[in-house]
Amino acid sequence: MSGNEKLRVRALGRVYGEGAQAVTALQDVDLTVRESEFVMIVGPSGCGKTTLINIIGGLDEQTSGEVLLDGKPVCAPGADRGMVFQGYSLFPWLTVQKNVEFGLKMKKVPAAERAQRAKEYIDLVGLGGFENALPRQLSGGMKQRAAIARTLANEPEVLLMDEPFGALDAQTRVVMQELLAGISRKKHPTILFITHDIDEAVLLGDRIYVMSRRPGTIRDVIEVDIPGERNHHSLVRPEFIAVKEKIMEMLWQESMDAASGR
Amino acid sequence: MSGKKKRPVSRKETTALSLLCFGLIIGFWCLASYGRWVDEIFLPTPTAVLGRIVEMAKDGSLWANCRESISRVMIGWIWSVLIALPMGMLMANSKRVSAFVQPIIEFARYLPVVALVPLTLLYLGIEETQKYTIIFLGTFFQLVLMVCDTVSSVDRNMINAALTLGAGRFQVYREVIFPAALPGLMDDFRLTVGWAWTYLVVAEMVAASNGLGFMILRSQRYLATDTIFAGLLLIGLIGLITDWLFRLLSRAVAPWQERLGDKK
Ligand SMILES: Nc1ncnc2c1ncn2[C@@H]1O[C@H](COP(=O)(O)OP(=O)(O)OP(=O)(O)O)[C@@H](O)[C@H]1O
Ligand SMILES: [Mg+2]
Repeated sequence: MSGNEKLRVRALGRVYGEGAQAVTALQDVDLTVRESEFVMIVGPSGCGKTTLINIIGGLDEQTSGEVLLDGKPVCAPGADRGMVFQGYSLFPWLTVQKNVEFGLKMKKVPAAERAQRAKEYIDLVGLGGFENALPRQLSGGMKQRAAIARTLANEPEVLLMDEPFGALDAQTRVVMQELLAGISRKKHPTILFITHDIDEAVLLGDRIYVMSRRPGTIRDVIEVDIPGERNHHSLVRPEFIAVKEKIMEMLWQESMDAASGR
Repeated sequence: MSGKKKRPVSRKETTALSLLCFGLIIGFWCLASYGRWVDEIFLPTPTAVLGRIVEMAKDGSLWANCRESISRVMIGWIWSVLIALPMGMLMANSKRVSAFVQPIIEFARYLPVVALVPLTLLYLGIEETQKYTIIFLGTFFQLVLMVCDTVSSVDRNMINAALTLGAGRFQVYREVIFPAALPGLMDDFRLTVGWAWTYLVVAEMVAASNGLGFMILRSQRYLATDTIFAGLLLIGLIGLITDWLFRLLSRAVAPWQERLGDKK
C-alpha cells in the first residue's frame, strides 16, 4: 500500500467560462495515488468529479495547477492513463474481441499477440464466450465488463474510472464491484475511482478522498486500513460501518454548509 | 383496458400497404384515362405509356437516354461526394476550417441552381461538364453541411475512449469517427443522390441532345404526353432503385447499426 507515488495532482483548478458567467468547477485539488493503490473519490453530483478525472486523463485542460504521472506533467490523453467512462463507450461496430484489442491495435501490437492478450482480459472480466458478440447484444453490466477489459488490456499505468457502475442496477453493481475487487487483488493495478456511492467507496477503496461542492475541492481523506478480502458481506461489519458513518457525516456537514450559504 | 394495444407491424403488412398506395394511384389513373374523364392529350392511358416504353426499348433510345442520364448523375454526384466528404469532416473537427468556409457555404446553398444555369452555359457551353457542374452545384453545398453535421454528432465518449486508449489524431478519424459516422453518411448520400436527379432534369432541359430530361422537354413540343409520362415513370423508377440499392449498401457497410423501426 505504501508503494511509490504514481499519480500526483497539485493545486488543480478549473474555471469554466469567463467574467460574470465563470463557474469554478475545481479549486486547489491535491491528491496522490501510489502504485497498486485503489483510491476512491466520493462527492455529491456536480462537485466536479468528472472534470477532475477528465483533466487527469488529458481530455480537459486545467486553468491552474498540474498533474504529474511518475513525476512528469501530463497534458494530452495517452495510453498510460486508461479510462472507463460514466456512460457506455464501446465501439458499436466492433465485436467484444475487437473492442478489447483496440488499444493494442493502435500501438501496432502484432495480431496474434493482440488476440491472445485480449482473450486473457475477456476471460478475466468473465465475458468468455462473448468474444464475437456486438455491444448491442450485451446487457449494461456486460458492456461495462467489456469496457473494463478494453482498458485493462492496454495495461495502463493508472486506471481512471468515472462512476463506471453508476448506470447499473443494484445487484449487477455488487457483482461488478466484487469483480473489480478480485481483479485488483490479482493484478494490483493502480486505480483512481470516482463514485457518489458511499458503500462502493468503502468496499473498494484503500483510501477515500471526500469532495465538496462549489467550488469542488478535496474536503478530507480517509484511510481504510482494513486488511483481508472484501465482499458485499463486509459492508455490515462494524469497522466498515464506522468508515461509512465518517464519510456520511462529512457529506452531511458539507450539505449543511452549502444550505446555509457556507 | 387495452382495447387499442399497439400491434407490431409485420414486414408483409408494410409491403402490402406500399403496394396498395401505388395500386390506388394506378387505379385512379386507369379510371381517369380509360373512362375518358380527362382528354388523352393531357392524360394518356397506361397502355399507351407502356406501349411507348416498349417502343423506345425496341429502337434503343430508352437505354441510350437512361444511360446518359445515369452517367451524368453519377459523375456529378461522385465529384460532390469526393470533395464534400473530407471537407465536411474537417469542418466538424476544426473550428478554424469551419469559421473559414461555413458562411460562404451557407450563402451558396441558398442560391437556386436554376439561377446558376445561365452562368454555367456561359462558362462551360453545352458540354457534358456543364451538366456535371449543375449537379455538383445542386448537391455539394448541402452535402458538406450534412456531412459536417453527421460527423459532429459522433458520440464524444467514443472519441475520448479512443484517445485514452492511445489513438493518435489520424487514427481517431480512421478508426472511430469514420465508422461511427458511416450509417449517417450513407443516409446523406442517399438523400443527395435523389436531389441530383432533380438537378439532372434541370440540366438536360436547358441544353442537351439526349437524356431523360431532354426527352421530356422535346415531347412537350410535339404534345407527346405518353412520352412525357414514360419519362417521368422511368425517372421515378430509377430513383426508387437507387434508393433501394443505397439501403442495401448501407446495411452491408454498417450491419451493426440499429435502426428505429427495425424488427426485434
Ligand atoms: N463544459 C462545461 N462548461 C461549463 N460548465 C461545466 C462544463 N462541464 C462541467 N461544468 C460544470 O462544472 C461542475 C462540475 O461538473 P462535473 O461533470 O465535473 O460534475 P460531477 O461531479 O462529475 O457530477 P456527476 O456526479 O453528476 O457526474 C458542474 O457545476 C457543471 O455545471
Ligand atoms: Mg460525473
